[in-house]
Amino acid sequence: MPKVEEAQVNSDEDNIASEALRVIGVSRRRVDARAKVTGQTKFADDIALPRMAFCKLLRSPHPHARIRSIDASRAMALPGVYLVLTGKDFPIKYGILPVSQDEEALCLDHVRFVGDPVAAVVAREELTALNALDLIHVEYEILKTISDPEEALATSSPRIHDYGEEGNIHKRVSFEFGDVEASLADSDEVFEDLFFFQGNTHLPIEQHASVAMKDPDGKLTIWSSTQTPHYLHRALAKVLRMPAGHIRVIATPNGGGFGGKSDPFNHEVVVSRAALILDRPVKISLTREDVFYCHRGRHPVLMKFRTGVRKDGTITGMHLQTLLDGGAYGSYGVASSLYTGALQTTTYHIPRYKFQACRVFTNKPPCGPKRGHGTVQPRFGQEVQIDKIAERLNMDPADFRLRNATMPGTLTANFLELRTVGLPECIRKVVEISGWKQKFRKLPEGNGVGLACSCYLTGAGLPINANAQPHSGVQLKIDRSGGVTVFCGSSEIGQGSDDVLAAIVAEVLGIDTFDIRVFTGDTDVGPVDLGSYSSRVTIMAGNAALQAAERAKSMIAEAVGTHWGLTKEQLCFADHQVFDLGAPNRRMSFQNAICLAESKFGILGTVGSYIPPKSPALFAGGGVGPSPTYSFTAAVVEVSVSPATGWLTVAKVWIAHDIGRALNPALVRGQVVGSVYMGLGEALMEEMEYRRLPKKYSHSLVHKFPSILEYKSPTSLDMPKVEAVLVENPDPRGPYGAKEVGQGPLLPIVPAVANAVYDAVGVRVDESPITPEKILKALEEKRAGRAARYGPAHFPAVDWGRTIEVPPPWEGGDGYALGDPRSAKYRAPSQKACQP
Amino acid sequence: MAIMPAESRKTAEISLLLNCEQTDVAFAPYKTLLELLREDLGLTGTKHGCELGECGACTVLVNGKPVLSCLQLALECDGAEVMTVEGLVAGGQLHPLQEAFADLGAAQCGYCTPGFLLAAKALLDQNPHPTRDAIREALSGNLCRCTGYLQIFEAVEAAALKIGEAGKTARAEL
Repeated sequence: MPKVEEAQVNSDEDNIASEALRVIGVSRRRVDARAKVTGQTKFADDIALPRMAFCKLLRSPHPHARIRSIDASRAMALPGVYLVLTGKDFPIKYGILPVSQDEEALCLDHVRFVGDPVAAVVAREELTALNALDLIHVEYEILKTISDPEEALATSSPRIHDYGEEGNIHKRVSFEFGDVEASLADSDEVFEDLFFFQGNTHLPIEQHASVAMKDPDGKLTIWSSTQTPHYLHRALAKVLRMPAGHIRVIATPNGGGFGGKSDPFNHEVVVSRAALILDRPVKISLTREDVFYCHRGRHPVLMKFRTGVRKDGTITGMHLQTLLDGGAYGSYGVASSLYTGALQTTTYHIPRYKFQACRVFTNKPPCGPKRGHGTVQPRFGQEVQIDKIAERLNMDPADFRLRNATMPGTLTANFLELRTVGLPECIRKVVEISGWKQKFRKLPEGNGVGLACSCYLTGAGLPINANAQPHSGVQLKIDRSGGVTVFCGSSEIGQGSDDVLAAIVAEVLGIDTFDIRVFTGDTDVGPVDLGSYSSRVTIMAGNAALQAAERAKSMIAEAVGTHWGLTKEQLCFADHQVFDLGAPNRRMSFQNAICLAESKFGILGTVGSYIPPKSPALFAGGGVGPSPTYSFTAAVVEVSVSPATGWLTVAKVWIAHDIGRALNPALVRGQVVGSVYMGLGEALMEEMEYRRLPKKYSHSLVHKFPSILEYKSPTSLDMPKVEAVLVENPDPRGPYGAKEVGQGPLLPIVPAVANAVYDAVGVRVDESPITPEKILKALEEKRAGRAARYGPAHFPAVDWGRTIEVPPPWEGGDGYALGDPRSAKYRAPSQKACQP
Repeated sequence: MAIMPAESRKTAEISLLLNCEQTDVAFAPYKTLLELLREDLGLTGTKHGCELGECGACTVLVNGKPVLSCLQLALECDGAEVMTVEGLVAGGQLHPLQEAFADLGAAQCGYCTPGFLLAAKALLDQNPHPTRDAIREALSGNLCRCTGYLQIFEAVEAAALKIGEAGKTARAEL
């Protein structure tokens, strides 16, 4: 594996402070904790404004239909109704990705799933708006329902959308990094396995809500539970045909996001338009059923892995195919598709890699990004397959993984740049603390342990809308009161991003986090931050805050230094004071130091910004996967399984996460344990299931469980003990060396459970969730002498389109596809590369 | 022209002891206690996640017992003693449960937190030294999607310890 140039590593070394840290690394009460425990955090639905009207959406009862006509006259005539809007009021489409502008705030003439909104009522009372929905008459022409990927592949007409590859195929991609077939042919063994990962949803306890109002000066303000105020800002400017500068988006603290509040949503557009028309505040509070229709959750993905190994346990190559059920809209789907294959090469060295993905449209709520976006499904497949490979080779699966683990400072076959890699240490840690060697294949029948690993991005390396501007920015205001204010466009979704900003600034300036005010999530008040997604906020907003704080410190230090006749380097900022390092008794209060600096420089204000390093993956499609650095995780799960009932209980989870550095260990542990919890939910019970209503009714494809009671998620009684270890090896690219923690620790949990079930009762459940029913079926197969397995049996034929060939770094590749004229090694495309 | 549906008129009146304050309120009779608190009394600390009694976010104490306020008709609360998260702070001091939740990372997004705090208070009022299993059981009607519950359990244990020690000190002083 070629080494990444050292020069680039060294240039980032400044991020790791060598002096003792006072705030960073200490478990502290987060800056917003008091508001949360006193119920004073203002979520979107807690906002009530004078003259506020209420909005309700009429949703399609049909999974797929044309709208023939809408008659809203009776609704409009209902006393208390102010406004009825339909698709005609929203002629412009939008969507989170520039390549998938396929959403309408209200459907114009085509509904694509049960729950697609067709009309909106705004009324003085919420109850009136609800009652008025019943008075709207919509005439539909029913279209054929496309319920699953196989049906989508086989149905060229009707099309759910009139864009995409063809028929109901939204997106397909095919990449080859080296001749994988040759590698597989040279292998001692080739393993071919099919896996299915069921779709599931975020289920944030806060239901989405938005309040929009026309400002007194005629501009628009919207408060909304969104993880991505910047992208909502862009979408509103487009759909409302208003200058973005006349729109203010305020992301209220999210009552849980997990990716489910990352798209611009129809209800946000609707209340904005309604507020502008009515010139009064308009609010919408989604019901839980509405939230299930917003969805954007985990894609159901069918996967086929072909992996070659040598007898000594070395991986020689991998060919991965994924088929994604996208639901009714594009959402982040193109990125999700690419993510299903982007990170396979980051945990284990795979010298040659081929990856093909296909996303289809179906008449179900749209899938999108959920914690671990697109990588959770293939990580499940890969880590379970490795368990199978290790068993066949008679190797301990921990040893197999250690043997193949990637090296720090290297490029992968698909040109991802790995910086610090704590994977081997994570594996050793969980093996040690779980007693793996004493337990694996040694526990009594019905009990078992499973191991799995993962890797995740620390922030997407590229923005959603291609541009060269910073991904995050921070402005600092420091004034003679001694007060420090941080402004940033980041959105607090519970992960603690406000605390990250305060902690970094406090550390640099030698003050406490409580001395700092943090204003975030407001497009009018703070500089742009792209949003709380892809685990990007700590590294990007954090580095921007670090830069702004260092600049402020430099100005203050210069003023104090001049006053004392010292250089800046002879000063130290701590305990709300500035010290002379040479004579610590000589000190000045932080406030007086600011006054000196204000006198010298004028009013103080600094900015910081962050742009991720350029990625060496230069081929088309290489924009999904690159990250400034990656986190790594290893987990061991111990289970007990009843062979009689298939009942599965998770006894304990041991997990080690390579965080780089924990800025606030109490919050980091919360992210690790919370990820374990969400991973267990996906492993054991969570699923978006659909069913057809009987033909004599409508034969509609409806969500089976649009309620919290029926969509099972783990309760306090289901949660096992978790022993979490943080592996801290500061990464030069992270602020104080920090890497991500919000998503990575979820990834190993589902495969670790599957592997533990195999260790316990000797059956493979190659499909999530791993329910007692599936375990029982696999046990029946085992007793009948057939393959002791439950999982998908075949992968449908897919036309993957043209393959983009990119030679891996060790085969002379320079990051460009073969035939790309930008490549220094440009040569005319080979015949193979041209073939469809 | 009447623009308010008949059922929305504030024709119902009750009197309750809300967070230790005598409170009289007129409201539309269909409203739940949750709606009364949030919409008519401006106490938005009580949250909702389903309005169907499934998530526990709206838990408040009615006569000392944890109740899902989304399933409780406000009309049924006439004369009742109701405590919401806004009533936990006493004399400007956070309740030991609030302190522990804040210090130990038991509140991440904070949306389910008010419900958990009140469910936990009901437990500690009844059982000052609960085992881990008793805590798990008492909080099993409250869903949290962020924390994985463990830091919540730890916070309840820490608060129980603190309340117990404060009680000992108080007794010693007597």
